[in-house]
Amino acid sequence: MLEIKNLQVSLAEEDKEILKGVDLTVEAGKVHAIMGPNGSGKSTLSYVLSGKDGYEVTGGSASLDGEDLLELEPEERAAAGLFLAFQYPVEIPGVGNMTFLRTAVNAQRKARGEDEMSAAEFLKVVRERAKTLKIDADMLKRPVNVGFSGGEKKRNEILQMAMLEPKMCILDETDSGLDVDAMKLVSEGVNALRDEDRGFLVITHYQRLLDHIKPDVVHIMANGRIVKTGGPELALEVEQNGYADILAEVA
Amino acid sequence: MGVAETRISQLQDRVAGLGVPASAWNAKNRAAAIERLQSMGLPAPRDEYWRFTDPKSLNAIEAPNAALFDPKETDVFDTVDGLEIVFVDGVFDAAASDDLSGLNMSIERLSDAEGQDAHWAAECYGTLEAIGQTPVQRPFAALNTAYATDGMLIHVTGKVEKPVNITYRHANETSDAILHHVIKLEEGAELTLLENGPAAARFNKSCEVFVADRATFHHVRTQGRDHERRAVTHIFADLGTESVFKSFTLTANGALTRNECVLRLNGDDATAHVAGASVGDGDFHHDDTVFITHDAVGCESRQVFKKVLRNGATGVFQGKILVKPDAQKTDGYQISQSLLLDDDSQFLAKPELEIYADDVACSHGSTSGAIDEEALFYLCSRGVPKDQATDLLTLAFLAEAVDEIESDTLSDLIVEKLEGWLERHRQ
Repeated sequence: MLEIKNLQVSLAEEDKEILKGVDLTVEAGKVHAIMGPNGSGKSTLSYVLSGKDGYEVTGGSASLDGEDLLELEPEERAAAGLFLAFQYPVEIPGVGNMTFLRTAVNAQRKARGEDEMSAAEFLKVVRERAKTLKIDADMLKRPVNVGFSGGEKKRNEILQMAMLEPKMCILDETDSGLDVDAMKLVSEGVNALRDEDRGFLVITHYQRLLDHIKPDVVHIMANGRIVKTGGPELALEVEQNGYADILAEVA
Repeated sequence: MGVAETRISQLQDRVAGLGVPASAWNAKNRAAAIERLQSMGLPAPRDEYWRFTDPKSLNAIEAPNAALFDPKETDVFDTVDGLEIVFVDGVFDAAASDDLSGLNMSIERLSDAEGQDAHWAAECYGTLEAIGQTPVQRPFAALNTAYATDGMLIHVTGKVEKPVNITYRHANETSDAILHHVIKLEEGAELTLLENGPAAARFNKSCEVFVADRATFHHVRTQGRDHERRAVTHIFADLGTESVFKSFTLTANGALTRNECVLRLNGDDATAHVAGASVGDGDFHHDDTVFITHDAVGCESRQVFKKVLRNGATGVFQGKILVKPDAQKTDGYQISQSLLLDDDSQFLAKPELEIYADDVACSHGSTSGAIDEEALFYLCSRGVPKDQATDLLTLAFLAEAVDEIESDTLSDLIVEKLEGWLERHRQ
C-alpha cells in the first residue's frame, strides 16, 4: 500500500540532510510502528509524506497504491487516502470544528468524483462517531482545536480520521501529552478503524502506546534511516534497554 | 498665495457648481455649514488627518469617471422584508421605492421637507456634524450639510419592526452625489437601517443619528463593488442613557472609500459598537476613521475593523477613544487588523487613546499579518484545496467584525457576499 524507497530529504532552507535513504513498505491491513530517538527523522518522514512545505526530496520515492505521493499537493494526497494525525494539532480560531469536518469530507468526495454528503447525513454520522470518542456537541461547535486540552486535540484528530476514512493512516506521536485514560480512548478509536484494507504507520517514542495499538511490524529509525526491523518484541527491547544497544549493534 | 488662501480658492472652485436648496427652516443650518466650510477649506495631503488618504479626487471639481459595474446578482438585502428606498446616482427613484410610511415612524425626503414651513429636523440637521468638527475638522461633512441635494429624514417614536432599506444605484459614470440623512430616535424607540450599493461615481454621504435614552439603532451597510467609485461618508451619533448604537459596514472594492464615524456617548450606560470588514484587490484604498467620545459613566464602546488586502490594495485605520474626566467605568475596546495576502499591499494604522478619567478599562490593538501557513497546511492535509482553505481562514479572520452584527439573518447575508468575493478573487 505505502511504499517508500530510498527516500532522501533535506531541509529546504539549509543544506541539512534529515532522511538518508528510508525504505519502508506498509501493507494493507497491517500496523507498522516506527520508534527511534529524538532527531532521528520520524516526524520529518510524516511531514514529507503528507506534503508539508520546507522539505526538499533529493532522492528516492514514496507512493500510495502505486500513485506517486511526492508529485501531489497535500490535499491531493489526502484525497488519495493518506491521513496524518498531527503530533501538535493546529488551533484555527474562527473556523468551526463541524464546518471544517464537513468541508474536508466533501472536498475529498468531490476530488474522488463522489457525491457530497448531505447536511443531515453528515450530522448523523459525525454525532455517532464523536460519541464513541467522547467528543460532545460543544467540542464539535467550537473552533477547531481552540481551547481543547491535549487529550481533546488528539481525540479530535482521531474523529477526523474516522470521518475521512483514509486508506493509510500515519499517527505522529499521538501518545504525546496523553494521560493513561486518554491514551486508552484514543487507541480504542484507532483500533475501531483497523481494517484489512487500511494500513497504519504509528510513530512513537514509547512502547506504551503499542500495548494498546498492537503493531505487526516494528522499525527502529536512527539518523535518518530505518536501522532495524522486527516484530512487536523489538518495541519491548527498546522499552527495557533503550536505543543504545540497538544502535551499537547496527553501527 | 499662502496655504490658507490656496485652500479657500480651491474650495470656491470646488463648490461653485453646487447649489443650496431654498428652505424656510433649513436655510440657517445650511448657511452655518457654509460658514464652517469656508473657515476650514478643503483638506490637504499634509493634514495630519489626511496623512494616509490623499483627498485629491474628493477635492477635484469634477467627479473622476467611474465605470459602471454590473455584479449580475441580487442585492444583498433582497430577501429582507423592509421599507425599500432607492436612490440612483443620488436621485430618489420613486417608482422603485415603497410608499414613505411606516408604523411608529415618520419618514420623508429632505428635498420634500425643505419645502415646508417648519420641520422637526430644523433642530437636528447639521448639529451633530457641527459638534463633530472639533477637535478634528471634517470639511467634507460640512460640505455635505451645506450642499446635500436630498436624503431621508426619519423620526422614530417606537419600535419599528421592518428595517428601512436604502439602495444606492450607480448608473452614470460621472455622477457626483451628496445625500444627508437625519434619524431621530425618541426614548425607547428602535430602528434598523440597511444601506447598500455604490451610489455614484463620487458619493458624499452624511448620516446624523440622535439616539435618545434607551433607544436602539442598528445599522448594516454594504458599499458596492464598482471598482472605480469613490466615497466619503460620515456617521455622527449622539447616544443617550442606556441607549444602543451598532453599526457594521462591508466594503468590497472601490478606488477610494473614507468612512468616518463620530460617536458621543452622553448618557450613562450607553453602548456603541462600530465594526467594518473590507476586502480589496488591486486599486483599492479603504480608510476607516473613527472618533468615539465617552462623556458619561459606565458606557461601553467597541471598534472592530478587519481588512483583507491583495495586489497592492491599501487599508487605513485611524481610531480614537477619548474618555472625558467624568466618564468613569468606561469600557473601551478597539482592534484593527489586516490580512495581507501578498507583499504589495499595505495597512496603515493610527490607534489613539486619550483618557482623562482614572477608573476605566480601555484596550486597543492593531496587527498586520499573512495567512497562517501552519493552519493552511493543516486544512489542506485534510483534503481541503488550498484556495478553499485560504478562503476559510480569511473568513475566520473577518469573523470578529461580522459577529458584531446582531441579527443572524443579516450576518449570514454578509458572509454569503464575502464568500462570493473571496471565491472570485482567488490568486
